[in-house]
Amino acid sequence: MSETAGNSQGYETDVSKPPEAVAEFDDPHRGVIGTVQHMLHVNPSLVPLIVLIASIAIFGLLLGTKFFSPFALTLILQQVQIVGIVAAAQSLVILTAGIDLSVGAIMVMSSVVMGQFTFRYGIPVEVSVACGLLCGTLIGFLNGWLVARVKLPPFIVTLGMWQIVLATNFLYSANETIRSQDIEANAPLLQVFGNTIQLGGARLTFGVVFMLALVFVLAYALKHTAWGRHVYAVGDDPEAAELSGVNVKRTLISVYALAGLICAFAGWALIGRIGSVSPTSGQLANIESITAVVIGGISLFGGRGSIMGTLFGALIVGVFTLGLRLMGADAQWTYLLIGVLIIAAVGVDQWIRKVSV
Amino acid sequence: MEPILKARNLVKRYGKVTALDHCDFDLMPGEILAVIGDNGAGKSSLIKAVSGAVIPDEGEVFLEGRKVHFTSPIDARHEGIETVYQTLAMSPALSIADNMFMGREIRKPGFRGKWLRQLDRAEMERIARDKLSELGLMTIQNINQAVETLSGGQRQGVAVARAAAFGSKVIILDEPTAALGVKESRRVLELILDVKSRGIPIILISHNMPHVFEVADRIHVHRLGKRLCVIDPKDYTMSDAVAFMTGAKEPPAQDVAA
Repeated sequence: MSETAGNSQGYETDVSKPPEAVAEFDDPHRGVIGTVQHMLHVNPSLVPLIVLIASIAIFGLLLGTKFFSPFALTLILQQVQIVGIVAAAQSLVILTAGIDLSVGAIMVMSSVVMGQFTFRYGIPVEVSVACGLLCGTLIGFLNGWLVARVKLPPFIVTLGMWQIVLATNFLYSANETIRSQDIEANAPLLQVFGNTIQLGGARLTFGVVFMLALVFVLAYALKHTAWGRHVYAVGDDPEAAELSGVNVKRTLISVYALAGLICAFAGWALIGRIGSVSPTSGQLANIESITAVVIGGISLFGGRGSIMGTLFGALIVGVFTLGLRLMGADAQWTYLLIGVLIIAAVGVDQWIRKVSV
Repeated sequence: MEPILKARNLVKRYGKVTALDHCDFDLMPGEILAVIGDNGAGKSSLIKAVSGAVIPDEGEVFLEGRKVHFTSPIDARHEGIETVYQTLAMSPALSIADNMFMGREIRKPGFRGKWLRQLDRAEMERIARDKLSELGLMTIQNINQAVETLSGGQRQGVAVARAAAFGSKVIILDEPTAALGVKESRRVLELILDVKSRGIPIILISHNMPHVFEVADRIHVHRLGKRLCVIDPKDYTMSDAVAFMTGAKEPPAQDVAA
């Protein structure tokens, strides 16, 4: 083998000049379905957007102006604001191929800290709010530290943290609700996210504006900063990310801590939404946030999807909830249809991935 | 002459398996050093130990005579050591440009880069395209294609281009031609010689004996977790080298590593 190989080296020398032109290929007929598949592959958040527009159109046709009015449409925004904010946090975690089951608990705990610090200890409300935000960030940081440093699975870490934080929340608050009137009289800052902006028939709360702003800021950060690219890379393949120079541990910890901070903001917005500080509120935030993320087309395996999809996912749930209620249907129909949507969303995700184009 | 990269007495165990058994290693300035060895001989562990991907249990690594202690590939990269891993270390869902600049992104100048931390995509795409054209990888149509849409050879080309673009002291290539076609292999070999002519030494791990014998200045034969011998490709045939690395033949006394 050795003798002949030495002499046969010449066969490759003719290909040494690099071709200058960029190769081009005719696009074979992929047909309408193929084209759609390709488009969705390039831009995965189109699916929930199409579903959202279609569902608004259908309910608009069925219900007329009762549904298709600025008031009703902005009411949807108000109803999804809390889930929307929490789902934004959830999206970040799921993009890293993790999951955060403690989002709801962090949210409630943070709102309780804000309320109790103000009313039990008489701390100035601004400081209490800062403490609440810090509390959420710290719990998130602890989640991230356990996932990244101790290398425990995110599901287990956050399942445990969910119980720990929720129990702490009940023990610390002694299951007491702080009444809305007291907050209004003594610490209106806690309810700031409930303030409204009236634009004609449309009513936007500060919480809604915050949710929209948050999604846009996160969408920017994920797409146009190095940190955002690292979040995707870590979710895609953590080993490859590590080898190509990403600080995987720091990225993971930053994601969980940021998710905690966002959940704390959701807790603040929750006070604005329900008026009072209640340790029993927001119990469904976990499942609802994961639902919004999945319907929004973010892959549970990490690294794929966009945060705009999550916003659309949350809105789809809101549209179905309000639309069906206005039609007088049993609330169970909402859950049934959302269940169908979840499975359909994951099915579409798998179908899109088949095309490597 | 002082080796640019030197390792002494490296030991790495995975449980009961000994991957590196008091192994030495020397890379001279400006040379192409091939590392050959049978499967499981510990080639990859050796390379990972000198590039920071695994931390050896014992032993020392010296870069330009200075003792270094890499705890991650990022450390090694800061010192100018670039590695193309067998697994390529690419994020499949991200674009070619994103992958090339992973961990060393370029930010926009001025306010948008400094305060909004915005990436300079245009610049990164331009550099990525230049590097790929240098490698003759223009069959890639779109620099914003996701890496998962490339063929195996194209992926390898992108990984090699990334290392060649950023390596300043040492470039390590782990099986760079394994997945490549004739044309791409030729181009990678040319690139290796091109990098060498710029004075940057290269460590080449390969099973492809004709490629090894064509470009290497010296060949490090690895066997059973340690350096068996270092041979000059001009003095031996490929079948000799294969015989050494499989243990069919004893290495010549003057070449045996101390």
